Order: sequence, then structure tokens, then C-alpha cells
Amino acid sequence: MSNEFETVVGLEVHVELKTNTKIFCACKTAFGAEPNTQVCPICSGFPGMLPVLNKKVVELAIKTGLAINAEIASYCKFDRKNYFYPDLPNAYQISQFALPICTNGYLDIDVNGSQKRIRINRAHMEEDAGKLVHDGTITTTAFSLVDLNRTGVPLLEIVSEPDMRSAQEARAYLEKLRSMLLFAQVSDARMEEGSIRCDANVSVRRKGEEKLGVRAEIKNLNSFKAMEKAIEYEAKRQMEAIEDGETLIQETRTWDDEKGVTRSMRNKEEAHDYRYYPDPDLPPIQIDAAWIEEIKATLPEMPDAAKQRLQDQFGLPEYDAAIITTSPHSLSFFDQCVAVFPEAKTVSNWMMGELSRMLNQNNLEIQQCKITPAMLADLLKLIADGTISGKMAKSVFEKMFDSGNSAAQIIEEQGMVQISDEDTLRKIIAEIIDNNPVVVADYRSGKEKARGFLVGQVMKATKGQANPNSVNKILTELLTKEGD
Amino acid sequence: MELHELTLQQLIKELEEKKTNAQEIMTAILNRINAVDQKVKAFLTLNQEAAIEKAREFDRQPWQGKIAGIPFALKDNYCTKGVRTTCASKMLENFIPPYDATLVKKLYAEGGILTGKLNLDEFAMGSSTELSAFFPSHNPWDLERVPGGSSGGSAAAVAADEIPFSLASDTGGSIRQPAAYCGVVGLKPTYGRVSRWGIVAYASSLDQAGVITKDVSDAALVLSIIAGYDPLESTSVQMEVPDYTAFLNTDIKGLKIGYPKEYFQQGVDGKITETLKKALLKYEEMGAHIEEVSLPHSEYALPAYYIIGPAEASSNMGKFDGVRYGLRDFSADNVADLFSLSRQAGFGPEVKRRIMLGTYALSSGYYDAYYLKALKVRRLINDDFAKVFSSFDVIVAPTTPTTAFKIGENTDDILTAYMNDILTVPINMAGLPGISIPCGLADGLPVGMQIIGKPFAETTLLKAAYAFEQATDYHQLKPSLGVR
Repeated sequence: MSNEFETVVGLEVHVELKTNTKIFCACKTAFGAEPNTQVCPICSGFPGMLPVLNKKVVELAIKTGLAINAEIASYCKFDRKNYFYPDLPNAYQISQFALPICTNGYLDIDVNGSQKRIRINRAHMEEDAGKLVHDGTITTTAFSLVDLNRTGVPLLEIVSEPDMRSAQEARAYLEKLRSMLLFAQVSDARMEEGSIRCDANVSVRRKGEEKLGVRAEIKNLNSFKAMEKAIEYEAKRQMEAIEDGETLIQETRTWDDEKGVTRSMRNKEEAHDYRYYPDPDLPPIQIDAAWIEEIKATLPEMPDAAKQRLQDQFGLPEYDAAIITTSPHSLSFFDQCVAVFPEAKTVSNWMMGELSRMLNQNNLEIQQCKITPAMLADLLKLIADGTISGKMAKSVFEKMFDSGNSAAQIIEEQGMVQISDEDTLRKIIAEIIDNNPVVVADYRSGKEKARGFLVGQVMKATKGQANPNSVNKILTELLTKEGD
Repeated sequence: MELHELTLQQLIKELEEKKTNAQEIMTAILNRINAVDQKVKAFLTLNQEAAIEKAREFDRQPWQGKIAGIPFALKDNYCTKGVRTTCASKMLENFIPPYDATLVKKLYAEGGILTGKLNLDEFAMGSSTELSAFFPSHNPWDLERVPGGSSGGSAAAVAADEIPFSLASDTGGSIRQPAAYCGVVGLKPTYGRVSRWGIVAYASSLDQAGVITKDVSDAALVLSIIAGYDPLESTSVQMEVPDYTAFLNTDIKGLKIGYPKEYFQQGVDGKITETLKKALLKYEEMGAHIEEVSLPHSEYALPAYYIIGPAEASSNMGKFDGVRYGLRDFSADNVADLFSLSRQAGFGPEVKRRIMLGTYALSSGYYDAYYLKALKVRRLINDDFAKVFSSFDVIVAPTTPTTAFKIGENTDDILTAYMNDILTVPINMAGLPGISIPCGLADGLPVGMQIIGKPFAETTLLKAAYAFEQATDYHQLKPSLGVR
């Protein structure tokens, strides 16, 4: 059945812009503060209070617009979106309806090894609403409490065209967008803290059909995984409904992550009439080209450019370059590390291998890691100059990760220096050969495995500190000699 | 003359010359209020004890300021820290703001003493002050008549010598019309000239604060105090504030005055046009150039105003939802009922009417036909004025089509009531400065002359008004505080 249909997805992503203060007043925007401690008469909608636009919000919106290849409007304005809800103190949200700040952008995503362009219709500035805290669930609670800390936190809503054809593409787009936001340093872009939030418009149509199907807007997508699962579920639901001869209606649905289903919230008839009109308290915004240029100059290297650079400059495979450029922190870690230890592929291997494994295990992000790029570079140097073996290095790395101590310190404390002195090793190896005549005989009769046993004995005797290259060399030498 | 009868500047002089002190002035004012306000009903809240204490403090240790030690009163839509601010609505009957409006801070900074809060039509919606949720105010010239509105309390209190000056607000004539009805001076500055911060909004793109005084020179003085850019108010204009009193002189030779024929036609009482024509002749005598002009779109101003005003009001009134402050219906057991029951009980019929009108005008499907159309009319009205002002200095017209009407006369006839604003509304639509000054009596009731100026040309406006005032003595007429 699903072969006959294609899924069509467009995303509306709300991004919290990283400012110290709110969009229309001087209240702080810090995440996780005690309820109603970051409020004032302006953001809590007291009579006679008026908004003043935070210039930083416009700056970050322009910066984001440039990062997503959008056109920046020279003239834009704010509108009021009117509706009643206890978390919306003015009973209108100040947003941009008719003239948004950014239009006509795009992002390129990787789909099965090839590139696909996802167009972005618009991005507009708006204020966030507050939060309701229920005693239990919204339907059973006896009362609800209002927390207005979030009211007036600046948002940029980025609206894509319906250019995605699967949940995987939607995920790739959202991940790409997130990485752009992080590189541009305009948002913390933490989905779990709600600093990026996503609604998905999902419809299906028979393959070859040009007309878009009837769409459902899916809300409450709190993670990448939830988004993917919700789109998959919703597309399947719509396909089945069409197959069963049902007529789909345009509606808003919510994702129930526990049950793994979408549920109808309201249909088109029940939709709000927001009565948008220009906010008379805020004059239109004029943006001159010089300011845009000024902001453009502050825009750091974006992930696509960085990925290309890692391939060109360091000869990294595309796969490695893509993984390292998923976050600006990981890119910066790499750049700092290769500046001291120029074997890029080794650095990349360690970042994608040990470092990534330990970060995942400890649920940490690279910028929270105790190991600095310089510390990793020092460790890699010690491997390269033979001070420790690669195997020892892994255990040193784990200790560094936990303690934050340098490789040299850990090696010294643990007495872990590699034994490369050939006279010492020769003595130990000779003794092992003497003590294991049967194994030696096996080896000499052609059993290669026997050699492994002997190496193991050497390592055991040296507590793993013997230089493996030297061990091999001496073992070959002694076994060959005795056989003469 | 008694202390309470003096103008603001006469009181300042008496104080400076130490002929009296602040306590004597305050006592005289409070005695006057106690003696006559049961007839006039101008005050909603008296700040009696605090005002006396403040005056006592001043006499002990005088402070500096342009109005140091002088009592003033405010229309009760100005937020006052610690002093109840009701907007003459049950919704805010017990609302005590934690902040002062910017203009209140400015009056305090110049040493003024708040004596009380004045009656208005609920949320400044009305033209008679009959629509106060508490009680109607009465016209001191005839207690059976309305003082006009919405700033009826502010005009009546000044006319009845209960206060030397008051601040008020003007959205469609709410300062000039009651000033005309009560025979006092009412000045509405250019939109953006004074801050709206802390004044409870009715229609934000039309609302403008202003002053009601006993003569033109006092209006100039108070404007010098309240004018200026406010960083908290995005529509306030960054422009130098002149000392408006310095421009007052009687030499108006060559001043080009236009009188719009549309303002002397249909619906305007013959006695009013006659009085105005006499005033124009007076101007001619004084050397001004008088010429008939045309503002052809005038007739569309009122219908357009009753779209734009209510549209903005419908949105501005949303914040009164019973959640954070103001009247709350505790019988509600869900959020929707909490909103609707609180608003049902808190708002009077006219406020409800304008919310419904405005909600309708902004609804999807009607927006273009009503709101957008009204904005286009507004532009045409603006252009009309711009054209006349390209060859004239000021425009002179009647302030109102009739003199004060009887209380109850228009309560069942909303359209007639709305017609009261027909000569003042266009000036708000164009954001121009306007002043109403007394220019005679018709059947014993004051007639107001409206002088309209170019944007930010308050100096010219005040000069024209002052010259007329100096050449006449209408501003010295006092009401009887009786029934005619």
C-alpha cells in the first residue's frame, strides 16, 4: 500500500533566540528559574504597559536568516495574534504575520548520500507565551498555575515548504537546521529544554499526483525520535484512511508519545480566528543593508563550508567530516586538536571512536567534557612516540575522561610507561621461551597460534607495558635463532 | 480671588512670592472639592491625606520644580503607584498599580502634588462621562447637562475650580470636547509628542495624552513638562522639547488661518457656527489671514474611526481576563467560563459594544472590507490635512457640533452620541495637535473653538490660541454650579 503513496512533510520550527533579556521588556530569559521570578508589569500584561523591541532579537533573526540563505526584509512589522489563554497575559501574541523579517531561504540536506534542497518559506519574530502547570493532567486537574517566566522570550518561527518526503528527511532537515543554529550561535537549540520546538504538517498523496493532500498539523513533538515516529504514524494513518474510502479533514493533531498515536485536537471549523492586525504600539522596523552586511561579517563558518574544508585541508573522508561538523563544539575540538597534533585522521578516529563512546555513555556533550583538545593531542603524541601503546592509551583516555587529569600525569601515577628497552625485553622473552618448550615446539612445527600465546605471556609478565613492536621483533629473532 | 479660583501660574506666583504656602493652597482646593463635588461628581478617588502630608512636607522643606507644591489631578486611566486606578470600570474597581505612568513621574519630578483621580467614560469610551460604571459627572455650567467625555471629570473639575489643571487623554476628542462643553482649555498634542506609557490604552494608534487648564498659557507650561521622548514608549518621538511658554505672544500678523467648510455645515448648530464666525473675524482684526478651505474626506472620518477605534480596543481589552488582576468571577469552574463571566461582570455595555464591533471588523473575511478600508480612509484624511497645511499655518473650526447636551438625552441613541465626535475625530486620525479654547457662550453654555496645527507645531497652535485669549475674556467666565 505505502508504495502507491508518498508522504509530504513541512515543518514549523520555533527557535528561542539567545538573548539575555526578553523581546519587549528587560526581564531575564534564563532557563529553569523559579516560577514567576523573571516577570514585570510589561510581560505580565498590566494595564498601560507598552512593548519596546529588543534590538538584539532583530540582530539574531537577521543572523539566522543569513545562515538559512534567506532574504532579509528591508521593512517589516509586528502584528497582534489575538486569542484568549491564561498563559497569554495580553490575550494577544506579538508576532509577524503580513511582513516577516526573513523569506525564501533553504537548507541542503543529505538523503541517502545525495543532496536535497528544502526550501524555507519564511522566518518571523514573535514572543513566547507562558506556561501552565497542572496538578496532574489538563483534563483532571482541579486548578492550574501560571508561570510567566517564558512570556516574552524571543522566538523565531522558521516555516519550511512541504518539501520533505519522509520522516527521515524531516529529521535530517531538523538536524541540519539545529546545527546551523548552533554554528550561527543564535540559539542554544536544546530540544529537551524547548529552545527548539517543532510542529509537523503531514499529508499524503498518490505517487505522481501534484495536488497536495489534506494536511494534519502535528503538535507536541518533543524530540527527534518523537517527530520521526509521529510523522510515520500519521502518514500511515492517512494512507489507511484513504484506502478505506474515508475523507480526511484538515485538522490539528497531538502526538501521544506513550501510546505512539496522534489524536485530533481541533478541526478547521474549530480553528481560532486570530484577527491579526498591525500592532499599533510598535512602529515598523527598517533594516538597512549596511547593518545586514555588518551582521554577515560576524557569521562564523557554517557546517557545509566546514565539512568541505575538513575534506580539502585534511583529506578526511566525507563521512568523518560530516560527523565532526554536526556541532560547532565538535568542529572546534577537532580544529584545536589538529593544530597541535596534525595527523587529522587519527584525531578524527579518536573523536568518533573513544571520545564519542565515552560521551554517549555519560550522556554528555563534547563541550562539557573534561578532556580538552590539547589533552587529547598530548595523548596522541605519546602513542606516536612510543611512550605508550594504543591499547594502554584507551585505558589512559578513560581515566582522563573521568578525572580530567593529563595523560602524562595518569601514566606516571600508574607507572604505565611502555617498556621498549630491548635488553630488558630480550631477557624476559628468553625466559618465557625457556619455560614453554612445548609451545615453542608447536610454533616451530607451524602452529601460528602458539606465537600469540607467547606474546600474551610477555604482556602478562610486563603488565601490558611491553612495546608490542619490540616484542614481535625480539620474539622473531629469538625463535629463529634457537631453531638454527 | 480665592486661592482655588487662580490659574496654575497665578498659584505658582503666589507661592514664589510667599503670599501663601502649599498647605493653604491644598486646603483651599480640598475645601472646594468638598464643597462642590457632590454636585459636579468629577472625582472618583481623593488622595486627601497623602496630598495634605505632601503639602506640609513642601512647606517644611520646599523642593524645586516648575509646579513645585501645586495640586493636580488625573483622569483615572493614568496609572498611579499605590493609588487606585479604575478607568471608571468595575473591572478595575480595586486595581492599585505598582507603577506610575511616565507623565505622572514627570509631574512629580517638577514637584506637583497628586490630589485625586477623575471620572471618565469607562475605559475612555464615550463622550459624556455618563458611561462611567460608578456615576455620571455633571457640567458646572448646568448640572443637568453632561460635561462631555470621555475626560468629563477632568474638564468639569477644572471648570468648577476644584483643581488648577488636570491631565487627560484624547482618542477621538476626549480632551477637546469636554473642554469645549465646560468652557476650559483642552490641549491634545501631536501623536508621539507625549508618552502613553502607563495610561490604560483604549485605541493605541489614536490615544494621546494631554492637558486641561484654565488658560492657554497654563497649557503651554504643562506641555513643556510632559512633552518628550520616552524610551519606554516606542511611538514617542525623539525631538527636542521647546519651552512652549516662550512662544506665547499676541502678534499674529500674517498668520494664515484656514477654516474648513465641511466643519461649518450639516449637523453643526447655527449658534455654534455664528460664534465661530465672530471668532474668525476677531482673528482677521488682529491681522491674521482668513480663508475657507476644504477637507473633502471629513464625512468619512467618523465611520472609519468607529472601525479603527473599536478594532484596537477589542484587542487592548483582552488583557482584562480575570486571571492576574481586576475583577474575577470565582464561580467559574473552567478557564473559558472564568474569562467570559469575569468580562461579563466587569465591562459595561459600551465597552462590550466596542469589543464586539472591533472583533467583527478584524474577523477573517471582514478585515479587508472594514479595517483595511478604514486605514485607507485614514490615509485620505491625512492627505486632506497635509494639503491644507502646505499653504496654511493653522486650521480653525468648532470643537463640537452642539453645546453640552442633557444627561440622559442621548443614552438610547448611540449614533447621535457618536456624532459628538464628528469635528474632533479627524484630528486624531491624522495624529495632529489640537486645542479647544472658549470662544463665547450660546444660550449660556460655553462654545469651544478648535485650533488644529501641523504635526509637532504646538508652538504655532498655542500662539494662535493665546492671541485670541488675550484679545477676549471668555476664559474668565465662571460657571454658576447651578441648574439653568
